[in-house]
Amino acid sequence: MKGEDLAQRLAAFVAREEGVDAARVQVSNLRRMAGGASREIWSLDLEIEREGGAERLALVLRRDPPGRVGDGGDRALEFGVLRAAFAGGVPVPRVHWGSCDASLLGSPFFLMERIEGEALPRRLLRDERYAKARAGMAAELGAILARIHALDLRAADLAGLAAPPADRSPARAEVERVAAGIRELAAEPHPVLDLAERWLLQRAPEPARRTLVHGDYRVGNVLFDERGVRAILDWELVHAGDPLEDLGWLCTRAWRFGSPLPAGGVGTRDELVAGYEAASGCGVDREALRFWEAFGSYKLALVFITQSRVYLDGRVRSVELASLGRRTVEAEDELLRFLRGEA
Amino acid sequence: MNDRPTAAELLDAVERFLEESVVPALDGPARFHARVAANVVRIVAREIATEETHLAREWDGLSVLLGAEGEPPPDGRAALRESILARNEELARRIRAGDADSGVWRTALLAHLSRTIADKLDVAQPRKPPQAAHSEAKPSDAR
Repeated sequence: MKGEDLAQRLAAFVAREEGVDAARVQVSNLRRMAGGASREIWSLDLEIEREGGAERLALVLRRDPPGRVGDGGDRALEFGVLRAAFAGGVPVPRVHWGSCDASLLGSPFFLMERIEGEALPRRLLRDERYAKARAGMAAELGAILARIHALDLRAADLAGLAAPPADRSPARAEVERVAAGIRELAAEPHPVLDLAERWLLQRAPEPARRTLVHGDYRVGNVLFDERGVRAILDWELVHAGDPLEDLGWLCTRAWRFGSPLPAGGVGTRDELVAGYEAASGCGVDREALRFWEAFGSYKLALVFITQSRVYLDGRVRSVELASLGRRTVEAEDELLRFLRGEA
Repeated sequence: MNDRPTAAELLDAVERFLEESVVPALDGPARFHARVAANVVRIVAREIATEETHLAREWDGLSVLLGAEGEPPPDGRAALRESILARNEELARRIRAGDADSGVWRTALLAHLSRTIADKLDVAQPRKPPQAAHSEAKPSDAR
Protein backbone atom coordinates (compact mmCIF):
# COMPACT_ATOMS: atom_id res chain seq x y z
CA MET A 1 0.00 0.00 0.00
CA LYS A 2 1.49 3.35 -1.06
CA GLY A 3 1.61 6.31 1.33
CA GLU A 4 -1.13 8.24 -0.49
CA ASP A 5 -3.50 5.30 -0.47
CA LEU A 6 -2.75 4.69 3.21
CA ALA A 7 -3.48 8.34 4.03
CA GLN A 8 -6.84 8.18 2.23
CA ARG A 9 -7.83 4.96 3.95
CA LEU A 10 -6.86 6.35 7.34
CA ALA A 11 -8.90 9.50 6.76
CA ALA A 12 -11.94 7.44 5.72
CA PHE A 13 -11.55 5.20 8.78
CA VAL A 14 -11.33 8.11 11.22
CA ALA A 15 -14.30 9.84 9.54
CA ARG A 16 -16.42 6.71 10.07
CA GLU A 17 -15.29 6.35 13.68
CA GLU A 18 -16.10 10.00 14.40
CA GLY A 19 -19.33 10.00 12.40
CA VAL A 20 -18.29 12.87 10.15
CA ASP A 21 -18.20 13.26 6.39
CA ALA A 22 -15.01 11.83 4.83
CA ALA A 23 -14.18 15.20 3.30
CA ARG A 24 -13.89 16.65 6.80
CA VAL A 25 -10.86 14.55 7.71
CA GLN A 26 -7.42 15.36 6.30
CA VAL A 27 -4.25 13.29 6.78
CA SER A 28 -0.93 15.02 6.11
CA ASN A 29 2.82 14.54 6.65
CA LEU A 30 2.48 10.75 6.66
CA ARG A 31 5.91 9.16 6.85
CA ARG A 32 7.40 5.88 7.98
CA MET A 33 9.46 6.02 11.17
CA ALA A 34 12.17 3.65 12.32
CA GLY A 35 10.70 0.41 13.57
CA GLY A 36 11.44 -3.25 13.90
CA ALA A 37 10.54 -6.07 11.56
CA SER A 38 7.57 -7.08 13.70
CA ARG A 39 5.72 -3.78 13.40
CA GLU A 40 5.45 -0.61 11.40
CA ILE A 41 5.39 2.87 12.88
CA TRP A 42 4.20 5.88 10.90
CA SER A 43 4.00 9.52 11.89
CA LEU A 44 1.12 11.67 10.64
CA ASP A 45 -0.93 14.77 11.29
CA LEU A 46 -4.70 14.61 11.26
CA GLU A 47 -7.23 17.40 10.98
CA ILE A 48 -10.94 16.94 11.65
CA GLU A 49 -13.30 19.75 10.68
CA ARG A 50 -15.93 19.92 13.39
CA GLU A 51 -18.89 22.20 13.97
CA GLY A 52 -16.97 24.37 16.42
CA GLY A 53 -13.73 24.46 14.43
CA ALA A 54 -10.84 22.28 13.32
CA GLU A 55 -9.29 19.70 15.63
CA ARG A 56 -5.61 19.00 14.91
CA LEU A 57 -3.91 15.88 16.18
CA ALA A 58 -0.26 14.80 15.98
CA LEU A 59 -0.45 11.01 15.72
CA VAL A 60 1.50 7.78 15.41
CA LEU A 61 0.14 4.82 13.48
CA ARG A 62 1.21 1.43 14.78
CA ARG A 63 0.50 -1.35 12.33
CA ASP A 64 1.46 -4.99 11.84
CA PRO A 65 3.32 -5.49 8.57
CA PRO A 66 0.61 -6.68 6.15
CA GLY A 67 0.74 -10.44 5.69
CA ARG A 68 2.65 -11.09 8.91
CA VAL A 69 0.61 -12.31 11.82
CA GLY A 70 1.21 -13.10 15.43
CA ASP A 71 4.93 -12.55 16.01
CA GLY A 72 4.79 -8.99 17.28
CA GLY A 73 2.09 -9.34 19.88
CA ASP A 74 -1.59 -8.64 19.69
CA ARG A 75 -2.47 -5.14 18.48
CA ALA A 76 -5.95 -5.17 20.05
CA LEU A 77 -4.52 -6.16 23.43
CA GLU A 78 -1.79 -3.53 23.13
CA PHE A 79 -4.48 -0.92 22.43
CA GLY A 80 -6.40 -2.03 25.54
CA VAL A 81 -3.27 -2.05 27.69
CA LEU A 82 -2.29 1.46 26.58
CA ARG A 83 -5.81 2.69 27.35
CA ALA A 84 -5.72 1.09 30.81
CA ALA A 85 -2.21 2.43 31.47
CA PHE A 86 -3.22 5.96 30.44
CA ALA A 87 -6.24 5.79 32.74
CA GLY A 88 -3.98 4.55 35.54
CA GLY A 89 -1.68 7.58 35.32
CA VAL A 90 1.19 5.83 33.51
CA PRO A 91 2.96 8.17 31.05
CA VAL A 92 1.95 6.57 27.73
CA PRO A 93 0.65 7.96 24.45
CA ARG A 94 -3.11 8.37 24.51
CA VAL A 95 -4.71 5.88 22.09
CA HIS A 96 -7.43 7.24 19.80
CA TRP A 97 -8.73 4.64 17.37
CA GLY A 98 -7.84 1.11 16.28
CA SER A 99 -9.13 -1.90 14.42
CA CYS A 100 -8.30 -5.53 13.81
CA ASP A 101 -10.24 -5.50 10.53
CA ALA A 102 -7.56 -6.36 7.96
CA SER A 103 -9.72 -5.05 5.11
CA LEU A 104 -9.08 -1.48 6.31
CA LEU A 105 -5.27 -1.17 6.13
CA GLY A 106 -4.21 -4.74 5.37
CA SER A 107 -3.46 -5.66 9.01
CA PRO A 108 -4.43 -4.73 12.58
CA PHE A 109 -3.45 -1.19 13.62
CA PHE A 110 -4.14 1.63 16.00
CA LEU A 111 -3.61 5.38 16.14
CA MET A 112 -2.14 7.09 19.19
CA GLU A 113 -0.94 10.50 20.28
CA ARG A 114 2.55 11.48 19.07
CA ILE A 115 4.71 12.54 22.02
CA GLU A 116 7.86 14.50 21.25
CA GLY A 117 11.03 13.19 22.81
CA GLU A 118 14.28 11.33 22.38
CA ALA A 119 14.50 7.53 22.52
CA LEU A 120 18.18 6.70 21.96
CA PRO A 121 19.65 5.28 25.21
CA ARG A 122 23.17 6.37 24.28
CA ARG A 123 22.09 10.01 24.08
CA LEU A 124 20.36 9.73 27.46
CA LEU A 125 23.44 8.16 29.01
CA ARG A 126 26.09 10.43 27.45
CA ASP A 127 24.68 13.85 26.43
CA GLU A 128 25.24 16.69 28.86
CA ARG A 129 21.77 18.14 28.09
CA TYR A 130 20.16 15.08 29.71
CA ALA A 131 22.30 15.18 32.88
CA LYS A 132 19.43 16.48 34.99
CA ALA A 133 16.93 13.98 33.55
CA ARG A 134 19.42 11.18 34.21
CA ALA A 135 19.97 12.16 37.82
CA GLY A 136 16.37 11.54 38.83
CA MET A 137 15.46 8.86 36.35
CA ALA A 138 16.09 5.66 38.33
CA ALA A 139 13.65 6.77 41.04
CA GLU A 140 11.25 8.08 38.39
CA LEU A 141 11.31 4.76 36.53
CA GLY A 142 10.64 2.97 39.83
CA ALA A 143 7.65 5.20 40.59
CA ILE A 144 6.20 4.73 37.08
CA LEU A 145 6.63 0.98 37.40
CA ALA A 146 4.65 1.09 40.66
CA ARG A 147 1.74 2.60 38.72
CA ILE A 148 2.02 -0.02 35.98
CA HIS A 149 1.94 -2.80 38.58
CA ALA A 150 -1.09 -1.23 40.25
CA LEU A 151 -3.29 -1.64 37.15
CA ASP A 152 -6.25 -3.92 37.76
CA LEU A 153 -5.65 -7.28 36.03
CA ARG A 154 -9.41 -7.92 35.98
CA ALA A 155 -10.15 -4.82 33.88
CA ALA A 156 -11.91 -5.56 30.59
CA ASP A 157 -9.08 -3.89 28.64
CA LEU A 158 -6.61 -6.42 30.05
CA ALA A 159 -8.61 -9.56 29.25
CA GLY A 160 -6.56 -11.97 27.16
CA LEU A 161 -3.27 -11.10 28.82
CA ALA A 162 -0.75 -13.95 28.78
CA ALA A 163 -0.30 -15.40 32.27
CA PRO A 164 2.08 -17.97 33.76
CA PRO A 165 0.68 -21.38 34.73
CA ALA A 166 -1.07 -21.33 38.11
CA ASP A 167 0.81 -24.35 39.51
CA ARG A 168 4.27 -22.77 39.40
CA SER A 169 5.82 -19.43 40.29
CA PRO A 170 6.17 -17.07 37.32
CA ALA A 171 9.94 -17.16 37.93
CA ARG A 172 10.12 -20.92 37.58
CA ALA A 173 7.82 -20.93 34.55
CA GLU A 174 9.97 -18.29 32.84
CA VAL A 175 13.23 -20.20 33.45
CA GLU A 176 11.64 -23.36 32.06
CA ARG A 177 10.35 -21.51 29.01
CA VAL A 178 13.75 -19.99 28.20
CA ALA A 179 15.56 -23.30 28.88
CA ALA A 180 13.27 -25.08 26.42
CA GLY A 181 13.95 -22.37 23.83
CA ILE A 182 17.71 -22.68 24.25
CA ARG A 183 17.58 -26.48 23.92
CA GLU A 184 15.49 -26.18 20.78
CA LEU A 185 17.44 -23.44 19.04
CA ALA A 186 21.08 -23.39 20.15
CA ALA A 187 23.43 -24.56 17.41
CA GLU A 188 26.02 -25.82 19.93
CA PRO A 189 26.27 -26.87 23.61
CA HIS A 190 26.33 -23.99 26.12
CA PRO A 191 27.63 -25.31 29.47
CA VAL A 192 27.36 -21.84 31.04
CA LEU A 193 23.65 -21.69 30.21
CA ASP A 194 23.08 -25.20 31.61
CA LEU A 195 24.80 -24.12 34.81
CA ALA A 196 22.81 -20.89 34.90
CA GLU A 197 19.53 -22.80 34.47
CA ARG A 198 20.24 -24.83 37.62
CA TRP A 199 21.34 -21.74 39.55
CA LEU A 200 18.17 -19.92 38.55
CA LEU A 201 15.83 -22.83 39.29
CA GLN A 202 17.32 -23.12 42.80
CA ARG A 203 16.62 -19.45 43.42
CA ALA A 204 13.30 -18.95 41.61
CA PRO A 205 11.29 -16.79 44.03
CA GLU A 206 7.62 -17.07 44.89
CA PRO A 207 5.99 -13.82 43.82
CA ALA A 208 4.90 -11.44 46.58
CA ARG A 209 1.97 -10.64 44.28
CA ARG A 210 0.89 -11.18 40.69
CA THR A 211 0.50 -8.04 38.61
CA LEU A 212 0.59 -6.70 35.10
CA VAL A 213 4.21 -6.89 33.86
CA HIS A 214 5.38 -4.54 31.09
CA GLY A 215 7.74 -7.24 29.84
CA ASP A 216 10.32 -4.99 28.15
CA TYR A 217 10.95 -2.24 30.69
CA ARG A 218 14.35 -0.74 29.84
CA VAL A 219 15.76 2.66 28.86
CA GLY A 220 15.54 1.76 25.15
CA ASN A 221 11.76 1.84 25.50
CA VAL A 222 11.63 5.16 27.34
CA LEU A 223 10.83 8.40 25.53
CA PHE A 224 12.58 11.22 27.39
CA ASP A 225 13.54 14.87 27.24
CA GLU A 226 15.60 17.21 29.42
CA ARG A 227 12.99 17.01 32.19
CA GLY A 228 12.86 13.22 32.38
CA VAL A 229 10.50 10.46 31.25
CA ARG A 230 7.84 11.50 28.70
CA ALA A 231 6.41 8.08 27.89
CA ILE A 232 6.89 4.35 28.31
CA LEU A 233 6.74 2.64 24.91
CA ASP A 234 6.64 -0.84 23.38
CA TRP A 235 4.02 -2.74 25.32
CA GLU A 236 3.92 -5.72 23.00
CA LEU A 237 5.41 -8.15 25.56
CA VAL A 238 3.01 -7.19 28.35
CA HIS A 239 1.78 -10.12 30.48
CA ALA A 240 0.70 -11.11 33.97
CA GLY A 241 3.43 -12.28 36.33
CA ASP A 242 5.92 -11.35 39.04
CA PRO A 243 6.33 -7.54 39.17
CA LEU A 244 10.02 -7.87 40.06
CA GLU A 245 10.63 -9.17 36.54
CA ASP A 246 10.36 -5.57 35.26
CA LEU A 247 12.81 -4.23 37.87
CA GLY A 248 15.31 -7.01 37.14
CA TRP A 249 15.11 -6.52 33.37
CA LEU A 250 15.78 -2.78 33.77
CA CYS A 251 18.95 -3.67 35.72
CA THR A 252 20.18 -6.31 33.25
CA ARG A 253 23.72 -5.44 32.21
CA ALA A 254 23.08 -5.19 28.47
CA TRP A 255 20.67 -2.29 29.05
CA ARG A 256 23.32 -0.22 30.84
CA PHE A 257 25.14 0.41 27.56
CA GLY A 258 28.51 0.38 29.28
CA SER A 259 27.50 2.68 32.13
CA PRO A 260 28.64 1.59 35.63
CA LEU A 261 25.17 2.40 37.00
CA PRO A 262 23.07 -0.80 37.24
CA ALA A 263 19.54 0.62 36.93
CA GLY A 264 19.27 1.20 33.19
CA GLY A 265 22.65 2.93 33.18
CA VAL A 266 21.09 5.96 34.92
CA GLY A 267 21.04 5.13 38.62
CA THR A 268 21.65 2.70 41.45
CA ARG A 269 19.47 -0.23 42.44
CA ASP A 270 18.80 1.57 45.72
CA GLU A 271 17.41 4.63 43.90
CA LEU A 272 15.21 2.45 41.69
CA VAL A 273 13.93 0.38 44.61
CA ALA A 274 13.34 3.45 46.80
CA GLY A 275 11.30 5.09 44.02
CA TYR A 276 9.32 1.89 43.54
CA GLU A 277 8.70 1.21 47.22
CA ALA A 278 7.64 4.77 47.97
CA ALA A 279 5.13 4.82 45.13
CA SER A 280 3.79 1.28 45.52
CA GLY A 281 3.91 0.74 49.24
CA CYS A 282 5.27 -2.73 48.47
CA GLY A 283 8.69 -3.81 49.70
CA VAL A 284 11.17 -5.26 47.22
CA ASP A 285 12.86 -8.56 48.13
CA ARG A 286 16.46 -7.86 47.08
CA GLU A 287 17.34 -11.55 46.65
CA ALA A 288 14.37 -11.95 44.31
CA LEU A 289 15.47 -8.83 42.44
CA ARG A 290 18.94 -10.38 42.06
CA PHE A 291 17.31 -13.51 40.60
CA TRP A 292 15.37 -11.45 38.04
CA GLU A 293 18.47 -9.44 37.11
CA ALA A 294 20.40 -12.66 36.42
CA PHE A 295 17.39 -14.08 34.60
CA GLY A 296 17.51 -11.02 32.30
CA SER A 297 20.90 -12.10 30.95
CA TYR A 298 19.68 -15.70 30.66
CA LYS A 299 16.70 -14.54 28.60
CA LEU A 300 18.96 -12.32 26.52
CA ALA A 301 21.14 -15.33 25.66
CA LEU A 302 18.03 -16.89 24.14
CA VAL A 303 17.31 -13.67 22.23
CA PHE A 304 20.76 -13.79 20.63
CA ILE A 305 20.51 -17.52 19.93
CA THR A 306 17.05 -17.08 18.39
CA GLN A 307 18.12 -14.21 16.18
CA SER A 308 21.22 -15.92 14.86
CA ARG A 309 19.07 -19.04 14.25
CA VAL A 310 16.88 -16.98 11.92
CA TYR A 311 20.04 -16.32 9.90
CA LEU A 312 21.40 -19.89 10.15
CA ASP A 313 18.11 -21.32 8.89
CA GLY A 314 18.29 -18.99 5.90
CA ARG A 315 15.04 -17.22 6.76
CA VAL A 316 16.61 -13.75 6.81
CA ARG A 317 20.07 -13.31 5.32
CA SER A 318 20.95 -10.27 7.39
CA VAL A 319 24.51 -9.50 8.47
CA GLU A 320 23.10 -8.02 11.67
CA LEU A 321 21.24 -11.21 12.65
CA ALA A 322 24.35 -13.23 11.78
CA SER A 323 26.53 -11.07 14.03
CA LEU A 324 24.16 -11.41 17.01
CA GLY A 325 25.13 -15.06 17.40
CA ARG A 326 28.50 -13.81 18.62
CA ARG A 327 26.86 -11.74 21.36
CA THR A 328 25.53 -14.77 23.26
CA VAL A 329 28.91 -14.82 24.98
CA GLU A 330 28.22 -11.39 26.52
CA ALA A 331 25.18 -12.78 28.33
CA GLU A 332 27.20 -15.85 29.40
CA ASP A 333 29.97 -13.59 30.72
CA GLU A 334 27.43 -11.78 32.89
CA LEU A 335 25.83 -15.04 34.09
CA LEU A 336 29.26 -16.27 35.17
CA ARG A 337 29.52 -13.22 37.47
CA PHE A 338 26.37 -14.45 39.24
CA LEU A 339 27.58 -18.07 39.25
CA ARG A 340 30.90 -17.05 40.82
CA GLY A 341 29.02 -15.00 43.41
CA GLU A 342 30.43 -11.68 42.18
CA ALA A 343 27.18 -10.07 41.08
CA MET B 1 50.86 -21.77 1.26
CA ASN B 2 49.17 -18.76 -0.25
CA ASP B 3 50.94 -15.60 -1.28
CA ARG B 4 50.68 -12.31 0.51
CA PRO B 5 48.58 -10.42 1.30
CA THR B 6 47.75 -12.86 4.09
CA ALA B 7 44.14 -13.52 5.06
CA ALA B 8 44.54 -11.01 7.90
CA GLU B 9 45.89 -8.36 5.52
CA LEU B 10 43.03 -8.94 3.07
CA LEU B 11 40.43 -8.66 5.83
CA ASP B 12 42.09 -5.46 6.94
CA ALA B 13 41.65 -4.08 3.41
CA VAL B 14 37.95 -5.03 3.40
CA GLU B 15 37.40 -3.54 6.84
CA ARG B 16 39.04 -0.24 5.79
CA PHE B 17 36.98 -0.12 2.62
CA LEU B 18 33.76 -0.62 4.60
CA GLU B 19 34.60 1.93 7.30
CA GLU B 20 36.24 4.58 5.12
CA SER B 21 34.32 4.37 1.84
CA VAL B 22 31.05 2.50 2.30
CA VAL B 23 29.78 3.74 5.67
CA PRO B 24 30.22 7.49 4.89
CA ALA B 25 28.48 7.04 1.52
CA LEU B 26 25.34 5.52 3.02
CA ASP B 27 22.67 6.52 5.48
CA GLY B 28 19.82 4.91 7.41
CA PRO B 29 19.65 1.13 7.78
CA ALA B 30 22.23 0.51 5.01
CA ARG B 31 24.80 2.64 6.85
CA PHE B 32 24.09 0.74 10.06
CA HIS B 33 24.46 -2.60 8.32
CA ALA B 34 27.73 -1.53 6.71
CA ARG B 35 29.10 -0.75 10.17
CA VAL B 36 27.90 -4.12 11.43
CA ALA B 37 29.64 -5.73 8.44
CA ALA B 38 32.91 -3.93 9.27
CA ASN B 39 32.58 -5.17 12.84
CA VAL B 40 32.00 -8.72 11.60
CA VAL B 41 35.21 -8.48 9.54
CA ARG B 42 37.10 -7.46 12.69
CA ILE B 43 35.61 -10.43 14.58
CA VAL B 44 36.78 -12.82 11.87
CA ALA B 45 40.25 -11.24 11.85
CA ARG B 46 40.57 -11.64 15.62
CA GLU B 47 39.31 -15.22 15.40
CA ILE B 48 41.93 -16.11 12.79
CA ALA B 49 44.65 -14.54 14.93
CA THR B 50 43.69 -16.27 18.18
CA GLU B 51 41.86 -19.50 17.34
CA GLU B 52 44.85 -21.82 17.62
CA THR B 53 45.69 -20.60 21.13
CA HIS B 54 42.06 -20.53 22.24
CA LEU B 55 41.24 -24.04 20.98
CA ALA B 56 44.35 -25.46 22.65
CA ARG B 57 43.42 -23.81 25.94
CA GLU B 58 39.80 -25.04 25.77
CA TRP B 59 40.97 -28.58 24.89
CA ASP B 60 43.36 -28.65 27.84
CA GLY B 61 40.72 -27.35 30.25
CA LEU B 62 38.21 -29.94 29.06
CA SER B 63 40.82 -32.70 29.39
CA VAL B 64 41.31 -31.90 33.07
CA LEU B 65 37.59 -31.59 33.80
CA LEU B 66 36.63 -34.80 32.02
CA GLY B 67 39.57 -36.82 33.34
CA ALA B 68 41.06 -37.27 29.88
CA GLU B 69 44.49 -35.80 30.52
CA GLY B 70 47.22 -37.17 28.32
CA GLU B 71 44.86 -37.81 25.43
CA PRO B 72 46.52 -36.03 22.49
CA PRO B 73 44.43 -33.46 20.62
CA PRO B 74 43.27 -34.61 17.18
CA ASP B 75 45.28 -33.48 14.13
CA GLY B 76 43.93 -30.57 12.16
CA ARG B 77 41.81 -27.66 13.25
CA ALA B 78 38.48 -29.00 11.93
CA ALA B 79 38.94 -32.28 13.84
CA LEU B 80 39.93 -30.36 16.96
CA ARG B 81 36.80 -28.20 16.75
CA GLU B 82 34.64 -31.35 16.37
CA SER B 83 36.26 -32.98 19.41
CA ILE B 84 35.81 -29.86 21.53
CA LEU B 85 32.16 -29.74 20.51
CA ALA B 86 31.71 -33.40 21.58
CA ARG B 87 33.48 -32.73 24.88
CA ASN B 88 31.28 -29.70 25.54
CA GLU B 89 28.23 -31.91 24.94
CA GLU B 90 29.62 -34.28 27.57
CA LEU B 91 30.26 -31.35 29.92
CA ALA B 92 26.69 -30.10 29.46
CA ARG B 93 25.33 -33.60 30.18
CA ARG B 94 27.28 -33.80 33.42
CA ILE B 95 26.10 -30.33 34.47
CA ARG B 96 22.47 -31.30 33.78
CA ALA B 97 23.02 -34.49 35.81
CA GLY B 98 23.91 -32.32 38.82
CA ASP B 99 27.67 -33.09 38.91
CA ALA B 100 28.49 -29.38 39.13
CA ASP B 101 25.97 -28.42 41.80
CA SER B 102 28.70 -28.19 44.44
CA GLY B 103 32.20 -29.28 45.36
CA VAL B 104 35.66 -28.99 43.82
CA TRP B 105 34.52 -30.00 40.35
CA ARG B 106 32.19 -26.98 40.30
CA THR B 107 35.08 -24.71 41.28
CA ALA B 108 37.28 -26.15 38.53
CA LEU B 109 34.42 -25.95 36.03
CA LEU B 110 33.74 -22.27 36.81
CA ALA B 111 37.45 -21.47 36.38
CA HIS B 112 37.52 -23.28 33.02
CA LEU B 113 34.30 -21.65 31.75
CA SER B 114 35.50 -18.23 32.88
CA ARG B 115 38.70 -18.67 30.84
CA THR B 116 36.83 -19.93 27.79
CA ILE B 117 34.23 -17.16 27.88
CA ALA B 118 36.97 -14.54 28.34
CA ASP B 119 38.70 -15.90 25.22
CA LYS B 120 35.45 -15.84 23.23
CA LEU B 121 34.72 -12.33 24.48
CA ASP B 122 38.13 -11.16 23.26
CA VAL B 123 37.15 -12.32 19.77
CA ALA B 124 33.56 -11.06 19.82
CA GLN B 125 33.99 -7.72 21.46
CA PRO B 126 36.70 -5.20 21.98
CA ARG B 127 34.29 -2.90 20.15
CA LYS B 128 30.66 -3.94 20.30
CA PRO B 129 28.45 -3.64 17.23
CA PRO B 130 27.11 -0.13 16.87
CA GLN B 131 23.64 0.53 18.22
CA ALA B 132 20.88 2.28 16.31
CA ALA B 133 17.32 3.11 17.13
CA HIS B 134 15.86 0.70 14.61
CA SER B 135 18.16 -2.10 15.49
CA GLU B 136 18.49 -3.15 19.06
CA ALA B 137 18.31 -6.69 20.26
CA LYS B 138 14.67 -7.12 21.07
CA PRO B 139 13.32 -9.78 23.35
CA SER B 140 10.30 -10.11 21.06
CA ASP B 141 11.66 -13.21 19.38
CA ALA B 142 12.33 -14.99 22.63
CA ARG B 143 8.76 -14.98 23.75
